[in-house]
Amino acid sequence: MNLHQTQTPPSAPSSASPSAPPPVDWEALRADFPILDRQVNGRPLVYLDNAATSQKPLAVIEAIERYYRSDNANVHRGFHELSNRATAAYEGARARVARFLNARGPDEIIWTRGTTESINLVANAWGAANLRPGDSILLTEMEHHSNLVPWQLAARRAGARLVYLPVTGDDGLLDLRRLDALLVPPVKLFAFTHVSNTLGTVNPVSALCAHARERGIVTVVDAAQSAGHLPVDVQAIGCDFLAFSGHKICGPTGIGALCGRRELLDQMPPWQGGGDMISSVDFFESQWDAVPHKFEAGTPNIAGAIGMAAAIDYIEAIGRDHIFAHDQELAAYAVTGLREIPGLRLFGPPEHRAGVVSFLLDDIHAHDVVTVADRFGVALRGGHHCNQPLMRKLGIVSTARASFYFYNTAAEVDRLIEVLLEIRKFFGGA
Amino acid sequence: MMDDLNDLYQQVILDHSRSPRNFRALPDANRTAQGHNPLCGDNVTLYLRCEGDVIREITFQGSGCAISKASASILTECLQGRTKQEVEALFERVRAMLTTGQAGGDDLGKLSIFAGVHKFPARVKCAILSWHAVLAALEGKSDPVSTEEGGA
Ligand SMILES: Cc1ncc(COP(=O)(O)O)c(C=O)c1O
Repeated sequence: MNLHQTQTPPSAPSSASPSAPPPVDWEALRADFPILDRQVNGRPLVYLDNAATSQKPLAVIEAIERYYRSDNANVHRGFHELSNRATAAYEGARARVARFLNARGPDEIIWTRGTTESINLVANAWGAANLRPGDSILLTEMEHHSNLVPWQLAARRAGARLVYLPVTGDDGLLDLRRLDALLVPPVKLFAFTHVSNTLGTVNPVSALCAHARERGIVTVVDAAQSAGHLPVDVQAIGCDFLAFSGHKICGPTGIGALCGRRELLDQMPPWQGGGDMISSVDFFESQWDAVPHKFEAGTPNIAGAIGMAAAIDYIEAIGRDHIFAHDQELAAYAVTGLREIPGLRLFGPPEHRAGVVSFLLDDIHAHDVVTVADRFGVALRGGHHCNQPLMRKLGIVSTARASFYFYNTAAEVDRLIEVLLEIRKFFGGA
Repeated sequence: MMDDLNDLYQQVILDHSRSPRNFRALPDANRTAQGHNPLCGDNVTLYLRCEGDVIREITFQGSGCAISKASASILTECLQGRTKQEVEALFERVRAMLTTGQAGGDDLGKLSIFAGVHKFPARVKCAILSWHAVLAALEGKSDPVSTEEGGA
């Protein structure tokens, strides 16, 4: 396997098939998102903060409303009709997530509050059973704080160490030449992001997992930025754990999932105790329920799970290969426009970029860019994007970021560029 | 819309952010404090040379957005020669102005150009950061102050 030349995900569709008619009417999909019609500061909303959270289609809003209006009850504990219906919907949603990720079965899916909680679950439960003093955990320099701080805590608890695979520089690629030297004992686990939320880099996840697996190293893939944007198949990727959030894939906030290999999940102790995760409880000892319930203490986010399943139905009807092609086209179009703005510093890979574009405009602070853009109705994000160590490495404190989803249009990218030129003028650039 | 923006980014503010005044370390400072805004990554260090309770000289260094830089720069101009009590009283009025747009009492002088910030709630912290740092320096606190602890 040649790692050094494959920054392209194997699943990337060829967006270069000019003869085929566009398979999706992207403009028409906008009608499914009521919020996209609203005005902000007296201007039509141009929502370019999708890496932070996506907007929600009516199908999701209505699924949640329908559940609360007609089926609401607690799960796994009643024998009445509504509880049965709620349980069926909730477990059906789990099966939906399993199919979405091509997991080996629904019992490999654990509901969580989102990517952050999924990673914390692995860091706590897998960490407790497997990390020993002197062990190492390999991360990359582009990790979100949620795939970094849980490992710092786990390492401190176990007396383990963190090691980092470097990022090359402004072009935001992993320095894969270093991988072989770093992926060695005492590294026990390798956690990395599929798509960088700051740089838009798409990492070669299957190759990274294959290398780790050859060496008996457990892998954790942060799919927060990929699950709703490109095909994600845990068996093709070959990972041990994969984490993602509902709210970034058109679903509600407060719900997400961890997908884990059954053999590993079976060996891990629970990380939270309570109702719904036990098979029997005595005053001094308890027996755990089987996976996945062992990791799901307390009344879960039932409406969230149902909303997330509706979101999955919605985006799969479009097709994640189509969504990714659309994201990439918008990103490439944005990059072309941004490159023409004098004094603009662009971050991220020159090609094969996901729909995330980070930049700095002259020496104007990202927060000033975002504040002014907002007054023009353009929602961007400015800041460190929960990537402070990466920012420090690149010698900056923040960037402005535009991030796209399937409902964004080329006209919105044009508007972004126009507004950035206005901002330059406003702050006295040439 | 542009009116709000022009209120926020007054020419004086843009000018101070581009060429901040008293922008240097003070070798004979006897009080210093750092301010940090973890959300933006803004960092400011205030250097004070005090005689008793009176600020004789005040300078700053750091990086941040236009609002936080201009706020620090103008603050150093306005606090020269003031006592700790005066700074505290001024801070209360500046804070009220940043959150409500109303200065109350006498004219705040140059500081009143920050009144437009109140229409941008997310930016109040940027304007207030260096004030927290000055107060910490006057209290003799050496831990960096953060906009994310205690009220801004
Ligand atoms: C790459 C990446 N990982 C993890 C997260 C955390 O996701 P959540 O806040 O939904 O737990 C995010 C979200 O910002 C992200 O972009």
